[in-house]
Amino acid sequence: MSEIWAGIAAAFRLIFSFDADLVEITLRSLQVSLTALVIASALALPFGTWIAIRRFRYRRATIATLNALMGLPPVVVGLIVYLMLSRSGPFGVLGLLFTPTAMIIAQVIIIAPLIASITHQAMRDLWAEYHDLLISLNTTKRQRILTLIWDGRRALLTASLAGFGRAIGEVGAIMIVGGNIDHATRVLTTAIALETGKGDFELALGLGFVLIALALAVNFAIHALTRTESEGRW
Amino acid sequence: MVTPMSIRLKNVTVKRRGKAILGPISLDIGGSGVTHVIGPNGAGKTTLLKVLHGVERLSSGEIDWSQPAEVARQSQAYVFQSPIMLRRTVRQNLAYPLQLLKTPKDEIATQVLDWAKRIGLEDALDRPAPRLSGGEKQKLALGRALIRRPEVLFLDEPCANLDGRSTRDIEALLLDANASGTRIIMTTHDLAQCRRLASDVIFLLNGRVHERGPVAGFFENPETEEAKSFLKGDILL
Repeated sequence: MSEIWAGIAAAFRLIFSFDADLVEITLRSLQVSLTALVIASALALPFGTWIAIRRFRYRRATIATLNALMGLPPVVVGLIVYLMLSRSGPFGVLGLLFTPTAMIIAQVIIIAPLIASITHQAMRDLWAEYHDLLISLNTTKRQRILTLIWDGRRALLTASLAGFGRAIGEVGAIMIVGGNIDHATRVLTTAIALETGKGDFELALGLGFVLIALALAVNFAIHALTRTESEGRW
Repeated sequence: MVTPMSIRLKNVTVKRRGKAILGPISLDIGGSGVTHVIGPNGAGKTTLLKVLHGVERLSSGEIDWSQPAEVARQSQAYVFQSPIMLRRTVRQNLAYPLQLLKTPKDEIATQVLDWAKRIGLEDALDRPAPRLSGGEKQKLALGRALIRRPEVLFLDEPCANLDGRSTRDIEALLLDANASGTRIIMTTHDLAQCRRLASDVIFLLNGRVHERGPVAGFFENPETEEAKSFLKGDILL
């Protein structure tokens, strides 16, 4: 119990002293996960919407695969991205291994299926509601997708936040492809893993509280910006 | 309008899971009046409307709008039995069909204001459409359909579940639209409404056109036994 209190105290000390390392690590965490979120959302939101409105041959298989990929083990993703980006791998020449870019790539792979799957479920219901009207108005596919994305933006926000939650708290993949290098690829989660391994529980807990606070802050900020829940159900 | 609108069905059938729900129907709809499609539940009224609108898959037969299908669809509008509201404000609902056509913004704003007044929702422009009352929703759906000034307007029981006042408002809007050149084809269960609005009647029974004619003749002097008993209020099986 005393370790937890010490951790909270350490967290406050770190936060309010604007510890340079902590600020750097926190900003890198945010940078990696938010970039991954933006890229994954740009891919997964339209894709999830598209499979909700489009009937094609392997649709059921695609959806089942997508749902299965939601549970993709981050460590395995990390391993595969590592092999792809390592010197002997197909993308070795790019020299991306052990850079934040590699971490972003791994996180995009981890969260894109999650975002796409939640998007698909929300959009399927909305499409059932709008179907007749949008067909009757003779909309193009593009117009349909844009309409659904716009009117379902609250559900899409939820999908994106779920993706962000998974990305910011993820450690297995970014540890492998990032390497937890101080001042280069160290982020909150990998730092926590390191400090725990070293037995420095105070710092680890401090970092942990910062991580939780960060996740809450991002959620609140996005909710406040988009005024979710303030305009009723729609 | 260069060529007056006409829709021609040739031996159209619609089957679902092997069961014929419409047809074979051959039908010629032209002119400029108000056509009412009547008949008992399950007679195929909604399906016929959707076929005419071009959104129903035909099992066989042909449909000819006297213009290319794309053009025809653009000049038609459809109001559903239970109005579908976009999860947006009344203003945005009215603007939506015009936005799809890439109408200039100021033109949209003028049109939206004009139509909001016509449907009596000018004070509700910024309210969320899904929270309107049933009558207001139906009026908004009608306004949204008419804002493109369609050549043909299809309505599927537009006044089902509405009170007298809303029904009167909607009928007035329909007569207005018809007077300014919109062909109206609608289904109804309300025979009194049919007498008030219709210029001609299509009586459907078991997926086929059982009787067709001008409204006066149909009500005064129906040709078939089934139409007679339908008008008397008997239950047709």
